Amino acid sequence: MTELALAAFAAERDAHVIRAPHGRAFALFARRFDEAGFLARLQAGGARWLARSDDDFPPLLRAIHDPPAGLFVRGAAELELLRRPAVAVVGARSCSAYGAQVARMLGRELAAAGLVVVSGLARGVDGEAHRGALESGGATVAVLGCGIDRDYPAAHAELASRIRATGLVVSEYAPGVEPAPWRFPARNRIIAGLSAATVVVEARERSGALITADLALEEGREVLAVPGEITSALSRGANDLLRLGATPVTGSADVLELFGLEQAPPEAVELGPVAETVLARLRDAPASADELARATGLDAGALASALTELELAGVAVASGGVYRAG
Amino acid sequence: MLARTVTHALVGLEARRVEVEAHLQRGVPGFSIVGLADRACQEAKERVRSGIASAELEWPVRRITVNLAPADLRKEGSGFDLPIALSILAASGQLPRERLADHAAVGELALDGRLRPVGGVLALAEAARQAGLSRILCAASSAPEAALAGIDPVPVRHLAEAAAYLRGEGEPEPYVDGNGHPPEPPSLDLADVRGQERARRALEIAAAGGHNLLLAGPPGTGKTMLARRLPGILPSLTPVEALEVTRIHSVAGLLAADRPLVTSRPLRSPHYSSSVAAIVGGGSGPKPGEVSLAHRGVLVLDEFAEFQRAALEALRQPLEDGVVNIARAGGRAVFPARFQLVAAMNLCPCGARGDPAAECSCSPQRLAAFRDKLSRALLDRFDLVVAMPRPRAAELAAAAAEPSEPVRGRVAAARVRIEAGRPKWSKEATDLLDRAVERLPLSGRGRARARRVAETIAALAAEPGVGAEHLAEALAYRSPTELGTA
Repeated sequence: MTELALAAFAAERDAHVIRAPHGRAFALFARRFDEAGFLARLQAGGARWLARSDDDFPPLLRAIHDPPAGLFVRGAAELELLRRPAVAVVGARSCSAYGAQVARMLGRELAAAGLVVVSGLARGVDGEAHRGALESGGATVAVLGCGIDRDYPAAHAELASRIRATGLVVSEYAPGVEPAPWRFPARNRIIAGLSAATVVVEARERSGALITADLALEEGREVLAVPGEITSALSRGANDLLRLGATPVTGSADVLELFGLEQAPPEAVELGPVAETVLARLRDAPASADELARATGLDAGALASALTELELAGVAVASGGVYRAG
Repeated sequence: MLARTVTHALVGLEARRVEVEAHLQRGVPGFSIVGLADRACQEAKERVRSGIASAELEWPVRRITVNLAPADLRKEGSGFDLPIALSILAASGQLPRERLADHAAVGELALDGRLRPVGGVLALAEAARQAGLSRILCAASSAPEAALAGIDPVPVRHLAEAAAYLRGEGEPEPYVDGNGHPPEPPSLDLADVRGQERARRALEIAAAGGHNLLLAGPPGTGKTMLARRLPGILPSLTPVEALEVTRIHSVAGLLAADRPLVTSRPLRSPHYSSSVAAIVGGGSGPKPGEVSLAHRGVLVLDEFAEFQRAALEALRQPLEDGVVNIARAGGRAVFPARFQLVAAMNLCPCGARGDPAAECSCSPQRLAAFRDKLSRALLDRFDLVVAMPRPRAAELAAAAAEPSEPVRGRVAAARVRIEAGRPKWSKEATDLLDRAVERLPLSGRGRARARRVAETIAALAAEPGVGAEHLAEALAYRSPTELGTA
């Protein structure tokens, strides 16, 4: 019996299998299983197999109570990446502009400080965390809830290929496995399992991100949450975690502190005087272009120029016509 | 006895010569029309018979055959009534045949013999002039329109009048518009729009460079108001453009009798339930659609994301080529469609995005479907995209905004500079563009769009070259990530 046969059996049965079942079906399957052929096909598809018993298998993930039989891995990075200190950044798919901004900022700053940012490649917070990590040139790992050969969601196919170029995309599911609702909570245990700490950015009351947080707690990992507006349903989950004792995240330093890391010094940016004025105003509160025009007395053209300068310097972002510093 | 009248049939905007031949034979009295005549054209029989009787002329008690040649061209509509009547009258010897031969004729007959106007007279009159005919007989109210083609129209009110004229008994009275020319309706003024400085600025740039503009934001932020004010800041139509626009509107039957020449830029805003044929044109004998009716003007598509996907995709050819090619059983037609597109839409299906007082309730699936509908290829056609968040009350109470007049002046000046040639790019601007492609999600097309817009901004600023500040401003109007593209 090999772990690869186990993974292939799970794929064929469309079931969650992490230990060899006792029935005859599996014994028969394992006897007939063409391991060399399977590995060759896997390699042809650009993927590798990292078995649970392999020395390279991340010890943190092996330590959870139901570790996967192994991981299918795609990407240019070494497998060693999976054993480096990692932090999971997870949250709602339909996040707010604030959630997206925070996820991106955390992704960027945590990766810049040397942590591996782990997330689920989903829309919203997950995607932003990956993007932030890529922006800073840091390492990021995406954990899929479907076969390793799938790009899911399709909208993130391009993001997935960027992650594979410098980091890793992993899945416990063999090629060809379709995404199914029950696989995502299972995927979340791997996200939590790979990471020493899990940060929940924005989550509704019953959210997949909270499952990840629960799993992290069960394994005794650190759970942090980003405070949100108490009136917003989108923040309910994260704020509930805080009430239950999760560590509040008021900046990436709060996460880095757990790992004994310092924040990487921010990139020095040179801004023109007009852009500085606009940035100072944006630091007070997010504002639309027109509000900024009124506050600074600039005309629409000059202001648009200054805002682009801030966006290019990475010190401001726009969403729905509203600009935020960060 | 045989007689012939010349008229024209419309295929799209093109008028093809049609000879209406009438032949009277001995035999059982009867009346038949041959030559691919459609239903409206077949019904001419009844109108012509009554019309001739009402004009106190004689209906020949013969076997009458009317042939519309060439026989393979489909003839549509009621404009053949007058030529059919005249041919029958000439064939029965009630009108001189020679005199009829160098006149074109078009018009629908009423049962009492009065002549009613039909659409497309301008195109028909142009074709008559090109064919070397001396005059065109048409309904009196169509006469000013026919005169635009450079041919002398004979304004006819009643069939009897046409018969009298052809017999040489005198010229019908010239057509005088009863009320004189009413003043042009005042165009909408930008002074009505409070706040929204950024969107106003984008509108000005769009006007100067002829760019397509997408306004996105929650309901009630003035998107439609702004879009409708674009024609008011565009330079007025040149005489050639005015004639082009008039020809299309004439074929569509949209011309007002009291204002034969369209002199202001058209503004069309079809509802989002419009069909593909209504938007790009169609029908069995192709008729111009909204994109052609907006030729040389502005097409406003409100609730852009609600339009049928097929209708939106069909916009791509006219946006790219400035014409619509339509092939139908009734013939092929090419309609000009060089319009400026202004689209308005919400930032998400529920409309709450960009509104600080509301929370978006869209599911990720719904958002994804929303973005998928706006295909990248379509969003690529918009050079300028402006997100318009809901303004706070204080902004709406702001001082009255600049009216359209000075904006139109700046736009006209910028257009002169743009026509003078493309500006040079400064080194700073080129460097900034490279940096932007690296840092922002900016596609190859996005880059080309930013370049075009930057050149327009430089022209508006009356600068000889494109500076970094012009490009930076252009980049602020790129399509936001919420719409799922670069």
